[in-house]
Amino acid sequence: MARLNDDNVRLAQEIIGRYPKPRSATIPLLHLAQEQDGHITNDAIRHIGELVGATSAEVLGTCTFYEMFKMEPVGKYLINICGTMSCALMGADDLMHHAEHKLGIKAGSTTPDGLITLEHAECQAACTEAPSVQVNYRYRFRVTPDDIDQLIDDLRAGKLDAEIPPHGTVARVRQHIPAGKGVGAVPPDAPIATTEPVWMSSGQAASS
Amino acid sequence: MSELTGTTYQWAPGFIAGDRPKIVTSRFEYEDSYTLERYLATGGYEGLKAALARPAADVHTEVKNATVLGRGGAGFPAGTKWGLTPPGKFPRYLVVNGDESEPGTYKDRLLMERDPHQLIEGCLIACYAAGLSQCFLYIRGEMALAQERVATALNEAYAAGYIGNNILGSKLSVDIVLHWGAGAYVVGEETALIESLEGNRGMPRLKPPFFPAAIGLYGQPTIVNNVETLANLPWLLVHGAAAYTAIGTETSPGTRMVAVSGHVRRPGVFEIVNGTTTFRDLLYGDEFCGGIRDGHTLKAFVPGGGSAPWFVPDQLDLPFEGRLVGAAGSMLGSGAIMVMDETTDIPKAALTLTRFYAHESCGKCVPCREGGTWLERILARICAGNGTTADLDQLFEVGESICPGNFPHPSSERVGLTTAVPFPYKMTTICFVGPSAYAPVNSALVLFRDEFEAKVTAVPTRTLIPVSAASAAGGGQ
Repeated sequence: MARLNDDNVRLAQEIIGRYPKPRSATIPLLHLAQEQDGHITNDAIRHIGELVGATSAEVLGTCTFYEMFKMEPVGKYLINICGTMSCALMGADDLMHHAEHKLGIKAGSTTPDGLITLEHAECQAACTEAPSVQVNYRYRFRVTPDDIDQLIDDLRAGKLDAEIPPHGTVARVRQHIPAGKGVGAVPPDAPIATTEPVWMSSGQAASS
Repeated sequence: MSELTGTTYQWAPGFIAGDRPKIVTSRFEYEDSYTLERYLATGGYEGLKAALARPAADVHTEVKNATVLGRGGAGFPAGTKWGLTPPGKFPRYLVVNGDESEPGTYKDRLLMERDPHQLIEGCLIACYAAGLSQCFLYIRGEMALAQERVATALNEAYAAGYIGNNILGSKLSVDIVLHWGAGAYVVGEETALIESLEGNRGMPRLKPPFFPAAIGLYGQPTIVNNVETLANLPWLLVHGAAAYTAIGTETSPGTRMVAVSGHVRRPGVFEIVNGTTTFRDLLYGDEFCGGIRDGHTLKAFVPGGGSAPWFVPDQLDLPFEGRLVGAAGSMLGSGAIMVMDETTDIPKAALTLTRFYAHESCGKCVPCREGGTWLERILARICAGNGTTADLDQLFEVGESICPGNFPHPSSERVGLTTAVPFPYKMTTICFVGPSAYAPVNSALVLFRDEFEAKVTAVPTRTLIPVSAASAAGGGQ
């Protein structure tokens, strides 16, 4: 079950086709697996290995390097509270204590009902809007303890379902290169690609 | 169909204040700035058309003449970088570094969210000028909105014929592939970015001898450019190098985006004139941050992202110019200023940064993997009130193993040094993550040692037990 389903395999093949070498698709496919199951399973690792032509150990090695991939189930909502400098200066520590108190769990764990996981995060690139919080990688800016209460209540009541997809889904819009419009992947060793691109070799303007 | 009348964007107040020249943020005032419709209505893809009407080598020269400095941190001119590819070796790739995660930095995400077409156009111009056959746009994993906006923009641009085969009926044929990361700071380093793009753990490659321009993605010549660098190209191609160099100074032309955060009245992201705007303008100027938050005074600030050694009020009048700031012992890095007022607990502030780098170390080089964690643990001990005076020496000792020799002191006169130690320093690691873990510790300890001493218990200086016979004999006298 935890292998990629048929729809996702088709999607995976489309993604792999864009890269000169299949292994480059490892991270996008891990995201796909996480989107399907909410976390990364051993079966998914094996399946991705088959798809990109790598051993499961290689895929696992890549997977465990990156923070966003969770090898254990996490809540439907992952709340990341940034604690790096700008946010820390603007009161991120207090915010984290408040959230821990509100949820009754420590950072790094999940509520007993499996709905919310709370995590300490590093810089989220929203330093001027500190303190910054992400829910499934959707931003909340200049968050106060009251905002955290409101956010958690709204998540529990399901009011934010339209805006925030369940954990695993990052971007809801995918790139699709329409048939016939794309150039296709340029592999490093294809004979046609080892010569100068056509717009370079003429020495003329490309639009002439 | 949306109305083509602008409404202001509620975040990043800097964009609407003042009448400074705008190169990369000109569309930010429109609510729908990310759509193809708005982009075309505001001069979009004109730079690409201008480029395609000239031979590729000409376009390359134009960019070289404009000296577009890399905005990712190192400040290497983009046109020169393109020229470093070995002649005759093809295919060449373009990798766009959108893995913005340096603490304090906040500009590439805005450029991708607010104006993705400008970035796409910049990528196409770079591919044309430097003969790059395929482009990979690497966006940080945690930036969901940026990924959605760029994906939508790419789909629109493909449908309209701006990307793909024979772009706008010309000979240029390039694909742009959206790739997203999964949360690793070190991947912002260009060789680690390439490793990650090849599907591996994002660990930096050893360089020199081979830089990505010679041996990069799949062993081929690869240009890695920052998002903001590429976003400059459409404007540059429309207005020309002369107009570009007329803004800013000779060594730092054009504009650049700077995020000012922390204890200021109006934190924000600003597009400023390169090289002439001073830190005082930025922190106190009415069109920028408007001063330190009410009733407080400036204590220290980080001038160029978490990796940069800190500055104190003495350096406020330095302009935002790479060489001058480098000579003063710090760097501009990725254009991020973090401001601390007098209420800041300095050891704790240093801890937040050091914890970041210790956490983000990829583990390839021992001094960073072990040293970063040591620095974090010692600092945490000091902040918790359990430190001793020996811990302060230990911090320097650990730092010495990451950056041997002199480390820049941003306030050299204040701490009694006669000459500033220029940036960069020596390092025992492949990339800058290791030294970055030490930079905040060193700055805090050198500039504000009294605050550390107030937190630690004094113990006698450590005495070593002699091990050799000779020293044992000497010690026994």
